[in-house]
Amino acid sequence: MVETSTAPEAVLRTHDGRPLKAALARASRRARVRAFMLVVPLLAFILFTFVVPIGQMLFRSVNNPQFSSNMPELSAWFSANPKATPDEAAYAALASDLVAAAKNRTIGAAGTRINYDVAGTRSLFTATGRMAAKLAPPWQAALLAQNPGWGRDDLWAAMRAASRPITASFYQAAADRKLDASGQFVRADPESRIYVTLFARTFAIAAVIMGLCLVLGFPVAHLLATLPMAKANLLMILVLLPFWTSLLVRTTAWMVLLQGQGVINDLLVALGIIGEDGRLALIYNQTGTIIAMTHILLPFMILPLYSVMKTIPPSYARAARSLGATSWTTFRRIYLPQTVPGIGAGGLLVFILAVGYYITPALVGGATGTLISNQIAFHMEKSLNWSLAAALATMLLAAVLVLYWLYDRLIGIDNMKLG
Amino acid sequence: MALPIYASTLERAWHWTYKVLCAAIFVFLIAPILIVIPLSFNAEAYFTFTAKMLTLDPEGYSLRWYENLLRFGVLVPDTVTSREWWTDVWANATWLKAAKNSVIIGFFATIFATVLGTVAALGLSRPEMPFRKLIMAVLISPMIVPLIITATGLFFFYSSPCDVLSVVGLSLECGRLTSTYIGVILAHATLGIPFVIITVTATLMGFDRGLLRAAASLGAGPVTTFFKVQLPLITPGVVSGALFAFVTSFDEVVVVLFIGSNDQQTIPRQMWNGIREQISPSILAVATILVIISIALLASVELLRRRSERLRGLTPQ
Repeated sequence: MVETSTAPEAVLRTHDGRPLKAALARASRRARVRAFMLVVPLLAFILFTFVVPIGQMLFRSVNNPQFSSNMPELSAWFSANPKATPDEAAYAALASDLVAAAKNRTIGAAGTRINYDVAGTRSLFTATGRMAAKLAPPWQAALLAQNPGWGRDDLWAAMRAASRPITASFYQAAADRKLDASGQFVRADPESRIYVTLFARTFAIAAVIMGLCLVLGFPVAHLLATLPMAKANLLMILVLLPFWTSLLVRTTAWMVLLQGQGVINDLLVALGIIGEDGRLALIYNQTGTIIAMTHILLPFMILPLYSVMKTIPPSYARAARSLGATSWTTFRRIYLPQTVPGIGAGGLLVFILAVGYYITPALVGGATGTLISNQIAFHMEKSLNWSLAAALATMLLAAVLVLYWLYDRLIGIDNMKLG
Repeated sequence: MALPIYASTLERAWHWTYKVLCAAIFVFLIAPILIVIPLSFNAEAYFTFTAKMLTLDPEGYSLRWYENLLRFGVLVPDTVTSREWWTDVWANATWLKAAKNSVIIGFFATIFATVLGTVAALGLSRPEMPFRKLIMAVLISPMIVPLIITATGLFFFYSSPCDVLSVVGLSLECGRLTSTYIGVILAHATLGIPFVIITVTATLMGFDRGLLRAAASLGAGPVTTFFKVQLPLITPGVVSGALFAFVTSFDEVVVVLFIGSNDQQTIPRQMWNGIREQISPSILAVATILVIISIALLASVELLRRRSERLRGLTPQ
């Protein structure tokens, strides 16, 4: 082989005299390019409507212009004097920035930014801004006379942190850490550690939902996989109908069923299981979130399990029985190991979807049943701390992408099926 | 699955327990959806069965909540039957306006998603496609990434879509995409694309590529081959992908809440507002209509799936 291919006269050529190998390589390159060109329009579309927006969100989670761009002189003083305690020059820069910001009406933005870290300081900025024109040197004395709050160490630490145009401070806030007076990040007081708790709660609720979906989905998938086709197809409709029904319809249905004066409580009272005053609190708490989301995500567990179970030949179980295994041993040693790919696919899918849920927890979750998504929405719509929302969203995104990667490694996204 | 003749008493007992258990799970799956249908005909403003409903007394039932859908948002509620009301029906009936918006947004989002997704699926299913796995992972990701993250990112991006050009040194002023139909349509198309990709690549998996070579050998160009040979055979997959994309858009509320305004009020957004403010049985009437729509959609997808299997030579099992 080696001698013939290295001898020049042995090279195969196409009819126009080019070496066959080069011609083939060229043809396959052109085929690759043609295949790729078919995907280019969609890639460009996704880039524009999905990748760029999410990239911009990542940037916003570290971008920190509200203070640094509105208070340029003070920001310059901070970068020129790392670690120095504020002196007269610092107060002079602060005063001139306050005057300029009050004139440009940007003082509120700068104050809001500091307010994220040191509560109650926005009014300090706006109140001083109104009087800024009357300030005169010496600046330190003038500002402290205006409001002694300007001498606070934690305020200066917060302003120093906010003066950097790129910051990790929103991630620090999202990890329940705050600035102390010396400018170091420390863990927040126990009662204001909300985000770490919320992340933990989100993952715990998602795990509980995944477990419930597995417990409820396994027998149903097994039944569907072993029944004769005609019957199984009929029962499959009962699984697919919830899958096709609007999410809001299903959530509304659970609100109707679970509320204090709802169908389930009425039924329990009529049956005498609970008294009229012992109605169960099934909604606006974690119970409500878990029940409604288990129902909504159950088809995502049943369908992958079903498609794996359908490929398991029943003869294996019969062989095990004929060799003397009890039905429990047969299930545990023969059947269950073969369903593991389905359990992995369904479980991961349910977990990924549950971690990012927003609508259902917002409607039935009350105070204790909301997830991290609800906090992101709160910062987007109510508190308007968009950078913190972006930091929380980035952390959630990182978790989801790790799970997605795991799904691809274990199951392969090519094997994702619908219906 | 019949029980073998040698089954012990314990096994028989377990077999029946298992069947009862499965029946209970099916009830759990389907009962919440069906329960809204009778409750939407409740004559009282309650979310539970009244005594009259349980005794099947006709007085316990009424169509008032359906009528309410037409009256909701009307300035003078009693004029529903008059001609003036019908001449300005979109402004008068908030729910009808929401339905119109949902259909418009869903229609265009489906067109975008289906055309782009089908063309891309053709490329992805070719054996010579480079970076296949990576590209597939990117294209499926809108389905995996939580909606709240997509909505947050889109909100920032749509507020000033030309900001991103500053990276390449351009500073252009252009409008915003928030509170526009086109913004919502593009976002919904993105969310529908993974479904089209998945269904069409699955259909193409069973496609015999020899047919393409046969067509080419008979002198057909690539475009003719696509429209005359390939498309007719993969149509069921394309249509069911389109249906998935439409349902995704028709049911989507988070993105609409974040980037839409009152002008882009869709049915889910209107439902969301209705549930949050004060839940009234009118919501159940809407829910009933939506359940009937989803039954129709499910039936069409099932028929398409069977037709596709027949076309691909797989027996409908």
